[in-house]
Amino acid sequence: MKLTLWTYEGPPHVGAMRVATAMQGVHYVLHAPQGDTYADLLFTMIERRAARPPVTYTTFQARDLGADTAELFQGAVRDAYERFRPEAILVGASCTAELIQDDPGGLAQALALPVPVIPLELPAYQRKENWGAAETLYRMARALAGPSALPPGTPRPPREAGRRPSCNVLGPTALGFRHRDDVTEVTRLLATLGIDVHVVAPLGARPADLARLGEADFNVVLYPEIAAPTADWLARAFRQPTVATVPIGVGATRDFVLEVARIAGVDPSAALAPAASRLPWYSRSVDSTYLTGKRVFIFGDATHAVAAARVATEELGFTVAGLGTYSRERARDVREAAAHYGIEALITDDYLEVEARVAELQPELVLGTQMERHIAKRLGIPCAVISAPVHVQDFPARYSPQMGFEGANVLFDTWVHPLMMGLEEHLLTMFRDDFEFHDGVAPSHLGTVASRPEAPRGPAVTAEEPSPAAIAPAAATTAGTEPTCAWDPEAELELRKIPFFVRGKARRNTERYAHERGVATITVGTLYDAKAHFGR
Amino acid sequence: MSAVPASGCATRPETVRTGLTVRAERGQREVFCGLTGIIWLHRKIQDAFFLVVGSRTCAHLIQSAAGVMIFAEPRFATAIIEDRDLAGLADANDELDRAVTQLLERRPDIRLLFLVGSCPSEVIKLDLARAAARLSRSFEPRVRIRHYSGSGIETTFTQGEDACLASLVPTLPEARADAAPSLLVAGVLPDIVEDQFRRLFAGLGIAPVQFLPPRRSTELPAVGPGTRVLLAQPFLPDTLRALEERGATLLPAPFPFGADGTTAWLRAAANAWHVGDGRFDAVVGPGEARARQALERHRRELAGRRVFLFPDSQLEVPLARFLSRELGMELAEVGTPYLHRRLLEAELEQLPDGTLVTEGQDVERQLERCRAARPDVVVCGLGLANPLEAEGLTTKWSIELVFTPIHGHEQAADLAELFARPLVRRLRLAV
Repeated sequence: MKLTLWTYEGPPHVGAMRVATAMQGVHYVLHAPQGDTYADLLFTMIERRAARPPVTYTTFQARDLGADTAELFQGAVRDAYERFRPEAILVGASCTAELIQDDPGGLAQALALPVPVIPLELPAYQRKENWGAAETLYRMARALAGPSALPPGTPRPPREAGRRPSCNVLGPTALGFRHRDDVTEVTRLLATLGIDVHVVAPLGARPADLARLGEADFNVVLYPEIAAPTADWLARAFRQPTVATVPIGVGATRDFVLEVARIAGVDPSAALAPAASRLPWYSRSVDSTYLTGKRVFIFGDATHAVAAARVATEELGFTVAGLGTYSRERARDVREAAAHYGIEALITDDYLEVEARVAELQPELVLGTQMERHIAKRLGIPCAVISAPVHVQDFPARYSPQMGFEGANVLFDTWVHPLMMGLEEHLLTMFRDDFEFHDGVAPSHLGTVASRPEAPRGPAVTAEEPSPAAIAPAAATTAGTEPTCAWDPEAELELRKIPFFVRGKARRNTERYAHERGVATITVGTLYDAKAHFGR
Repeated sequence: MSAVPASGCATRPETVRTGLTVRAERGQREVFCGLTGIIWLHRKIQDAFFLVVGSRTCAHLIQSAAGVMIFAEPRFATAIIEDRDLAGLADANDELDRAVTQLLERRPDIRLLFLVGSCPSEVIKLDLARAAARLSRSFEPRVRIRHYSGSGIETTFTQGEDACLASLVPTLPEARADAAPSLLVAGVLPDIVEDQFRRLFAGLGIAPVQFLPPRRSTELPAVGPGTRVLLAQPFLPDTLRALEERGATLLPAPFPFGADGTTAWLRAAANAWHVGDGRFDAVVGPGEARARQALERHRRELAGRRVFLFPDSQLEVPLARFLSRELGMELAEVGTPYLHRRLLEAELEQLPDGTLVTEGQDVERQLERCRAARPDVVVCGLGLANPLEAEGLTTKWSIELVFTPIHGHEQAADLAELFARPLVRRLRLAV
């Protein structure tokens, strides 16, 4: 048993729902107790989908367990087929139905429906949402495209002369972080290279589209967490090469263009025009010098976290203070990236562990998920969301991709704006003791927070939760390891002259410096000694 | 509860009173399970922690239903059952003890811990009653440990609150046998509403008055043969049964929604305490008048409009009574997951003859009826609201009815506005 407060990923059948909901002409019959229908609201409320997910739940209750739940399941499949007339049916069990072992696959096959029935085995007590999505896409691709796989040992026939190269774009699902816009952006990018998109899957695809995946020349994997197993299988079954670079950021997009061009045998220059993205110039503009060395904490799915670390360092001049992921399946990529930045990766799906690490590192910017948004809000640190899980505000009305050159523009805006606080940093220094601009006034980007008293000791900051009961333990999670030193009143006054948004760090560094040197009382001198010691 | 058909379609309607029949339906239910109640229960009982013993689905359900409530470390969590627990590699009871110990070390402020059963814990027959007893030996008196089931195979949405409160009843202190009659209001009410009712009962001279659940677990109400129970929520049959086993008596009443409902509810208590009409009118009258006046504006908006209620919170029958009697709305269909005939007797009396009342759900058929009825407002769960809006119907999501203060005179207009606002919005929008 694992004690869990918040979870980064849902159960694997939610991953299957993300695939089914993304597609057209598919219906998913899920053997599940009543209550599991909550998953519909993820799609209808968070993503604001206008249609119910194409899912029929058996919603069995206790009284059904004594009777025939298998019959209940078969009836649900039969009814769903009659009502929705899907072109393919997915069948499976949620966590509870897995325990009663009704064999949804066998039961559905026995109905001999005139459409493909694809059974999903998604072990709910071992696996999670992204794995479930990946497994579902893979099972569907195998079931639908498998019959046309090239015989073993046969090379892939060369592309017909005169036909434009084409590729599949794999991985976008329902409820994905900016998937809708990423597909548009990448499709546009491929078009500038003269490459046609054969099938986008699962988003918008029909079962018949999956059946013709093998016809494309190669595959572009936008989200490896979801599409890597499918692309690996397609590489074996149809000898289709895979484009492995994920085009997040200017550098990665250029790498992506070069890789695509090499695989497709086309000239990349059309897509590499210097003005393709505004990010390089914006980042070089003198206005951006204050971004230099900003310490950033990055957490998300492996793909987005690794990509964000590269953009943060190479394209914005930040320093990666922390890097981590909840995707254990792809932890290796994150560990390698972290090693590259000289830090240790945080591989965990425990929200409290992430919170403790953020509190310990005191970064100046958090790039994370919906969860880290809350952590950062509590700790008073600016934050931008870079990865699922996401909330309703992460499905913006405007076009807002993460990928490609336009995506890089979006990254610049969404990561830099939380740092601006309405005034650039050199102006903040000027205003440090201003009567209207002080630590009692909340930074405007933090919304309605009325006032923010200074953190009593280092990272043990006050929470914004209105319930007093929740505050004490939250603070207790981060305190305790801090050295305690006495502050000379004059030093304390001097500390107050430091702008509030760096004061916590200054206090922490000074105390650490004093502690390491056995200084009992911190004086003004200690404060400036520490500043010189830690100053960058 | 009525007989339910084995599968599929509706049975022959059952007559609950002259002029009113109830149709039982069976099929796919688009409802939350009882775990959802944790969201409002943990806000109400401020030193309680709710530990769901379940799967990742349970954890995901609560956080998804709680939506934007991720402010801080919550007072609920899930002990997620893993493969090794199922395969017998780990003793599930040892694992649970470890999780509880870890939790209580982390949260020294917790005084009451609920072990909440889920679908998987029920199916693997993890005995949470024994676990609670075992853990109590280790942690009492600092922490009381109770258990109830919020599983989807046992409970629908608000039934979780019933199960939770019922689990508290056996632990309530015993009222002295010779104690004077006391009033117990059962069902979670927002603090502001609770305080309003406290003031009214004090004005009526009704005392002592206690509320279940209390705001702190150290203030559990005493119960005994002198206890008179007013139900604040219509979905508490098990809690009532448990209170009756302790000797308490129900004060039958409609539920305190709207001007009439609230007055009748207060009247039931006043009658039991033999409060004279003059005093009753002096104390209750001003609030009732305010409610009527405030409702008038919404009545203009809502009268003659047709409302279709999908089964969800079990508040549907009292709300339908309020909407039809006090706001002049027409009832296209009143769905409810369960119909507790005894608790709703006074409510069913006041529904218009011929109202279509359905118990249970077959969501696809119900959607067909809803589309055919073309109601002006549909009250439904979050999974259905946007899809119905996209079809051109106006909806009110029902979960707001359990999160918003809607009881009592001072909230009567707020309750009406919940139904009026979607209509007003649709009229305003020109895009």
